[in-house]
Amino acid sequence: MENQEIISKVNDFLIDEFELEENQLIPSASLKETLEIDSLDYVDLVVIIEKNFGFKVKGEDFATIKSLQDFYDYIIGKAHVN
Amino acid sequence: MNRVVITGMGIYSTIGKNIEEVNKSLYEGKSGIGFEQIRKELGFRSGLTGILERPNLKGELKRRQRVGMAEEGEYAYVATVEALKQAGIDDDFLDTRDVGILYGNDSSARSVVDSYDLLKEKKDTALLGSGAIFQSMNSTITMSLSTIFRLRGINLTVSAACASGSHSVGMGFYFIRSGLQDVIICGGGQEINYHSMGSFDGLAAFSTRENEPQKASRPFDRDRDGLVPSGGAATLILESYESAVKRGAPILAEIVGYGFSSNGDHISVPNVEGPAKSLEMALLDAKLKAGDIDYINAHATATPVGDLNEAQAISKIFGEKTPFVSSTKAMTGHEMWMGGASEVIYSILMMQNSFVAPNINFDNPDEYSAKLNIAAETIKNHNIDIFLSNSFGFGGTNSSLIVKKIK
Repeated sequence: MENQEIISKVNDFLIDEFELEENQLIPSASLKETLEIDSLDYVDLVVIIEKNFGFKVKGEDFATIKSLQDFYDYIIGKAHVN
Repeated sequence: MNRVVITGMGIYSTIGKNIEEVNKSLYEGKSGIGFEQIRKELGFRSGLTGILERPNLKGELKRRQRVGMAEEGEYAYVATVEALKQAGIDDDFLDTRDVGILYGNDSSARSVVDSYDLLKEKKDTALLGSGAIFQSMNSTITMSLSTIFRLRGINLTVSAACASGSHSVGMGFYFIRSGLQDVIICGGGQEINYHSMGSFDGLAAFSTRENEPQKASRPFDRDRDGLVPSGGAATLILESYESAVKRGAPILAEIVGYGFSSNGDHISVPNVEGPAKSLEMALLDAKLKAGDIDYINAHATATPVGDLNEAQAISKIFGEKTPFVSSTKAMTGHEMWMGGASEVIYSILMMQNSFVAPNINFDNPDEYSAKLNIAAETIKNHNIDIFLSNSFGFGGTNSSLIVKKIK
């Protein structure tokens, strides 16, 4: 899967499942402060990632992810390993 | 001691999704009962159930607020929005006053079943999502509503089987009367899904009159053959009289008596003494005589023994001349954890609009129901100043509330 395809897929589920607006999805946006994704949401992100990409991640990994770009990079990294 | 009044009501039920619709259905004797084929496919003895669709709250509530909300929580949310609106309670009030919540609920099975099915498939609890735990607990309604409405007063769920809703109102009455709280959201919610009903169906307590769903719930009728499970949610805003008057809130009725008792007897078979004791206690609390009651909303669920015992308990307290009696469960089915709260609302609507809702399907009395003045048809132009509402539950928990018109 190409990186852009992964980013686009992430954006789609953030819009569909987390009800975020497309214009909020700026790479520098803070997951916590701007996108209001909190530690409980990490649990749902694990489920959604498994559903969309077919691999499992650990919710606690998200604690070190600050921005949306970090999140893209994390998923891209995992996607290439899996 | 503070006087306790009701300043708002809201409901989401099988006979209407708001107060106005429910009032019309009560007057017209409309049934909310239907048949669900999947129950038969799953091996239920009865496919009968109250029919109610889930509200769509997407767009109205944030994702985080919805994720942990069980089916009955959705019903309770809709009912509570209506009740708060009627009571004139807005965001500013919620943010500046310590509003409490005491809500009746005694199961939340769907989430447990769904999570377990998913766990068997995925073999990983990390894939169950964040909402299932909050949906699965009995306190799911108070959990959701207290966070959505930013409540900062008493916050707990009342679990007392089919008397949960009634006890929640009784407990709210005590908290406000004693001065511990000024405003409390009370009520009861009941899931309606088949996932939660199989084990109850297994007790053979449900009506099997499947060829005539709307005639299946027949409280007090000689030919009754069991209850019909139903659900939804009902919310009442309880407030001290002083607070209501001070802010010019609508005063719909006053709660004047609460009686309770425990049978200390069989887990599922009711008796006569326990309910009679609860009735007497409510009258004593209200400083009223049996003859002062203008209407009794009976618990009667249409089970052979339950109705028979309640009829005897009513006769024991009221003697030969009873006020009008009806069980609105003939229309709604048994709303269980919700019923004690919804039936106070049904009775207040009758009081406000001077009618007695019919105990539909009451075609022939049995030996004991013949001694009651049962309203088989809508009684029009009947003044109700004071009513009594009974709720009894598994484990022998009994609750009786007396509510009075404010003049």
